[in-house]
Amino acid sequence: MTQATNAKAQKDKPEKNTTSKKPSKKKTINRGPGRRAQEARRQFLRSVALTVGVTSISLVGFIPLKGHADTRLKMRPPGALAEKDYLASCIKCGQCVQVCPVNAIKLDDMDTGFGLGTAYIDAREQACDFSCDGLQCVLACPTGSLTHVLDYPKDTRMGFAKLDKPKICLAVAGKGFKGIVRGLDYDGVLRYEEIDRWNPIPLKDHPYDVEICDLCVQACPIEQRYNQCQEGNYPSGDKNQCPPKRAIALELIEEKNGVRHMKPVVYDGCVGCGVCEMICPTEQAAIVIDCNEVTKMPLSPEYIKKSEGHS
Amino acid sequence: MNRSLESLLQLLGRAPRKPKKDELSPEVQKIYFYKKGEKVTKAQLEALHDEHHKNSKNKWRKRRWLTLIIVNLLFVVSYYFDIQLLEGALTASRFMGFHMADLNSALQVMLAHKQVLINLMIGITTIFILWFILGGRTFCSWGCPYHLLAEWTEKVHLWLAARGLAKNYTFHRGVRTVFYIIFVLLALLTGYTVYEFISPTGILSRALIYGPTLALIWVAFLLLFEIFLSRRAWCRYVCPIGITYGLVGVFSPVRVTYDMTDCKHEGDCRNVCLVPHVLDVTIKNRSTDVEIGIGADCTRCGLCVDACPTNSLNFEFKGLTHKPSKPEVGRSLMPEKKEEQS
Repeated sequence: MTQATNAKAQKDKPEKNTTSKKPSKKKTINRGPGRRAQEARRQFLRSVALTVGVTSISLVGFIPLKGHADTRLKMRPPGALAEKDYLASCIKCGQCVQVCPVNAIKLDDMDTGFGLGTAYIDAREQACDFSCDGLQCVLACPTGSLTHVLDYPKDTRMGFAKLDKPKICLAVAGKGFKGIVRGLDYDGVLRYEEIDRWNPIPLKDHPYDVEICDLCVQACPIEQRYNQCQEGNYPSGDKNQCPPKRAIALELIEEKNGVRHMKPVVYDGCVGCGVCEMICPTEQAAIVIDCNEVTKMPLSPEYIKKSEGHS
Repeated sequence: MNRSLESLLQLLGRAPRKPKKDELSPEVQKIYFYKKGEKVTKAQLEALHDEHHKNSKNKWRKRRWLTLIIVNLLFVVSYYFDIQLLEGALTASRFMGFHMADLNSALQVMLAHKQVLINLMIGITTIFILWFILGGRTFCSWGCPYHLLAEWTEKVHLWLAARGLAKNYTFHRGVRTVFYIIFVLLALLTGYTVYEFISPTGILSRALIYGPTLALIWVAFLLLFEIFLSRRAWCRYVCPIGITYGLVGVFSPVRVTYDMTDCKHEGDCRNVCLVPHVLDVTIKNRSTDVEIGIGADCTRCGLCVDACPTNSLNFEFKGLTHKPSKPEVGRSLMPEKKEEQS
């Protein structure tokens, strides 16, 4: 089967062990005009097998996508196109990973099929807190997989926050929070403008002490921008940075049975950045991002104008 | 032009053609004629080889490995120290802020996304010009991290094969063209960059920069396949990146050229070559001209230049390189005086 193919490799080989046994037999079988044709046929069959084999393996990438080609399994960075287009247009280079100041962006592995090498954000691990202000990942993207139309955090649509487990929410239970959020082993960072405008600091270096837990509201980048704008203090001096609506607030809720308690309520301003999920101090996050849902709030006129120019 | 077409067809999988006698130039015929009576012993060849390479053993391989490692480390260092020198990965990057995009990845993305991405065009143009000049498949041997690993495991393969512990099953080279078409169609029809899912180049480049991934298991599988079953199978028979760059480099001014005058036709070059069919001209009576450029499938790796005992293979930058003056060793075997008589 390999006499012709191995000829090169065996060229230098001293002719003793192989030549003593095999050739005498093989000569009788393989000699004649059919031999070359036989080897060519075998090579052809091998080539077909290789084609089928490698192509099949490449199609394995479909399996993890089965049933949810259009829905996201993970949160994508700001500006990510719809999931199908996102996977098609991403060139898997990781430039967005490199520019993110809080290292929120990671690359998917082979277990996500064709998602291999595409960027995602695990908000509980490290959320996007928009501390770069200018959306560096969008600017870095060489293919527009993170759409270049996006300029401001307010127009990002990464998902939508929801109070997933109200029963464990400290605010709902009427509890406060004192100490280090997420413990000393947690390495996530956030930017605190009042501490350092330019450098995010580890969460463990910033203990909290609140009577009723409202960390999700305090840390929300949209809320922070909204409040700054209310004071006439525009982020980066740009009025367009101002979110048109609030994203989250702690409200007094009265249940049907008359029990009154506080509760974080998500508003239309929420863009799904995931900082609330990241900072939630309970064992599991009580508030999480649904990455397949977005706010009903319309995109800003600036965004719409720019996207019309693009298409 | 005819030779370019021939080299293009060879790139796509056609076997090298044996030229008819009347295709050989008169000068070539004369030289082959004189070579007929010439007997070359192994000792003679070794002496020639030592003579030519005493100061520069594996010169080109050293340069190439160094370049390849530096290029790939530049990505790593740039990210690790955040110096923004070379950002991204081999699939797409920015060199000091200037866009670059791997042509095959860019093609896959555009076919899958069905849009000509303007932002990507800058990167594509840069890379196209770069490899048009440097020779398309130069990317393979001077840039691709999988090529380097495969080169190392090739040594293991040869060691095992010499002891009968590994086989070298060959495939029809045209199968790579079939793969090329398959991956183009898959990207177009499914809307996914299917090839990127199995591309060892992308997987390795990202693993180097962003840390190890499960996908490395696939790369390890490929290397094991090459070690035990088929020498350099991925680069030879599958990788569409090779074809993309091969096409880009058809008219490249940088190439290896073959001068048949002193060649002993012993085939050392073909034994080390990733794509030995491009060196078919080094077989006796196959070269049509005294000096001939090596085809588009050549990766310009320089292994043949290092291996050649007679300096018959050399790098050439068309219009820039002057032919090095030939040492007398090879010429001495040529009965120059008789030439005048005939």
